[in-house]
Amino acid sequence: MIHAVAPEVTYAASPPASGGPGLSERRRSTPSGLPPAGAKRTRKPAQRRKNLEILFFVSPALLLIAVFMLVPIIQAVRFSMYNWKGFGPLVDFVGFKNYVRVLGNEVFTDALVHNLVIIGGSIALQLPIGLGIALLLNRKMKIQSLLRTIIFVPYVLSEVIAGVVWFQLLQPQYGVFDTILSKLGIQGPAQGWLGTPELALWTVLAVLTWKYLGLAVILFLAGLQGVPSELYEAAEIDGASWWQIQRKITIPLLGPTLRTWGFLSMIGSLQLFDMVWILTGGGPANATTTMASFLVSEGTKRQNFGIAAAASVILFIVALVLAISYQQFILKRDSQPDDERTKRKKAKA
Amino acid sequence: MLSKIRGAQILALAATTALLATGCAADAGQEGTSADGTTTITWWHNSNNGDGKAYYEQVAADFEAAHEGVEVEVSAMQHEDMLTKLDAAFQSGDAPDVYMERGGGELAAHVAAGLTKDLTEAASEEIAFLGENAGGWQLDGKTYALPFSLGGAGFWYNKALFKEAGIDSAPQTFDELIAATGKLKQAGIDPISIGAGDKWPAAHYWYYAAVRECSQQALADSVANLDFSDQCFTKAGEDVDQLIKSEPFNPGFLSTPAQSGPTSASGLLATGKVAMELAGHWEPGVMQGLTEDGTGMGEDAGWFPFPAIEGGQGDPAAQLGGGDAWAVSEGAPDAAVDFVKHMLSDEVQRGFAELDMGLPTNPAAKDAISDPALASLMDVRDKAPYFQLYFDTSFGASIGGAMNDEIALLFAGKSDAQKIVDASQDAADLEK
Repeated sequence: MIHAVAPEVTYAASPPASGGPGLSERRRSTPSGLPPAGAKRTRKPAQRRKNLEILFFVSPALLLIAVFMLVPIIQAVRFSMYNWKGFGPLVDFVGFKNYVRVLGNEVFTDALVHNLVIIGGSIALQLPIGLGIALLLNRKMKIQSLLRTIIFVPYVLSEVIAGVVWFQLLQPQYGVFDTILSKLGIQGPAQGWLGTPELALWTVLAVLTWKYLGLAVILFLAGLQGVPSELYEAAEIDGASWWQIQRKITIPLLGPTLRTWGFLSMIGSLQLFDMVWILTGGGPANATTTMASFLVSEGTKRQNFGIAAAASVILFIVALVLAISYQQFILKRDSQPDDERTKRKKAKA
Repeated sequence: MLSKIRGAQILALAATTALLATGCAADAGQEGTSADGTTTITWWHNSNNGDGKAYYEQVAADFEAAHEGVEVEVSAMQHEDMLTKLDAAFQSGDAPDVYMERGGGELAAHVAAGLTKDLTEAASEEIAFLGENAGGWQLDGKTYALPFSLGGAGFWYNKALFKEAGIDSAPQTFDELIAATGKLKQAGIDPISIGAGDKWPAAHYWYYAAVRECSQQALADSVANLDFSDQCFTKAGEDVDQLIKSEPFNPGFLSTPAQSGPTSASGLLATGKVAMELAGHWEPGVMQGLTEDGTGMGEDAGWFPFPAIEGGQGDPAAQLGGGDAWAVSEGAPDAAVDFVKHMLSDEVQRGFAELDMGLPTNPAAKDAISDPALASLMDVRDKAPYFQLYFDTSFGASIGGAMNDEIALLFAGKSDAQKIVDASQDAADLEK
């Protein structure tokens, strides 16, 4: 029973792994099912027909990928080699100078640090809080579904709407936040939460946590559904406390879900733009600039499209390197079901 | 499920094809003349609501009636949207026939890329009556766009709050300005609102200080040679720093937006939360939109020019400001040039002035302005010995952006007068 469930849990975390074996098995079984006589003659046209069919149905998707992903990426690399204002011909070739300028720009390197802070901060805040809420919400109670909805609502809200609402709440002096604080006799920061360079990034991080906690909770709850109840029953019979069950059974079995969520969170933090743009625009004093907000303001506000393109290529490379190393070092274990099984056995014991 | 995905893909494919097809169609339409002999000119403007929008539709209809076979395709857009779309249109080489130009370095870049038509000969009459006012849209003796609205920046203030703080007359010098903010603070009033979150409102202080510190020649040389080595630019930074150190701005000014919402810099002034704000001629219109009764500050509204700075080389009556001009893109039909000339005609400019849509540049429309505050601004503008375009327009987006960013840092206490000059010069050197 456990063995039947376990692969499903792991595969759910990495869809490519579940698609792989299934497909190859089918390929193997089809030819063997055909009659041996005249097999070669019938198989070839059938195979070709099938290939054509695949080509036909895949080509729109491939075309879309080519037009909307491949071409823009190539264009961005091309633009990054030129000094270009966004119009007129590409003539002023500068090679890698734009990259040197971007990497030598303190605003950009600070932005990279801000991105890393957001990555670390998001995980450090949302993981324990999200896990705690998910474990609580997983217990049977009367208003369970209502609570789940409430937690998930911020995630459903459009980022821009949430940003504008928070911007108004956090207004210095006249905002709801400062009004309540002053009623309690506490004086908010003079420049406001978003206007004080030392506080702005943390304020943005707090708003992001509020916004994305719902996603973490929902994912963790889904993961919790995959933990077989037999394990709980067995543990209870053995006299394990609620805490012991969570620590020794639930959290280890939630591993693949947590790792997948961590991946999504990391990529989201790297590409962070909209919330920052609305709350602070990257300010005050560049305290909240992210790589994405840097490249947008270089491109659209200053018309330094070459610089913006170089920054976007660097962002792409940073994201790619982080994503691949995360896949290699953290997610890889989830696509090796054997390791997981032995671990699970250990967990059971 | 599968068929749904397929459906979506086919739809997406169809959308792509349609997009490509319309892209091609738009290219074909560039010539402007269709098979049946009608000439279509496309016109983008930013008067996207109320009377202004209706007025421009009427102007286009009148022009069509007077010119047989000409059709004007009007697109009214929100200002920022228009700028973004214009950038995209220039990139794709599919710019509208008639569009808005803010002059200075922006225009110079468009001209260098061959996007903007030379109007010097075709519009010689208009250029003659525009006189000095067309200066911001001229390059090497050629005029590329005709300004239809031009105005300077200055301090908009609340007369009632000034009275409450015991300030009898508007500050004439920079020191008097700082003294006035002190009096306002003593009376428990936040003296100045500033949308430093948007950066350019903060930058306007530095620009104006530079206009007061630098001689007319020094400014002209700086724009022409992209050179900031004159000491007056450093002095401007020191003046602004002195003002910042006296802490006259609204709480949270570093993240305050310029014009959006009641807690923006304009909103704070309109609702009587602060006593003054440095802003352009658009301010009465903006404030009207930010108050419930639609009157802005109403009776309490007052205006005074940026004060003189002691020891400065600039003329204290000189104005910093900006304006909007109609430009014709290269390759547009001749009717587009006629249309722009029509836009500058006595009749159209008078209608424009009557609706308080801006400060008209045609002298014949001068007395048509109905708002007294705007009318007084007209006087100031026309009596100014010279008119300096906002630096971010004048030097172009790239240098202007670097300059504005560094000035915003000064307001946050993270830069100094020398660094502003250095950052501007660095950006300028890359343009040379």
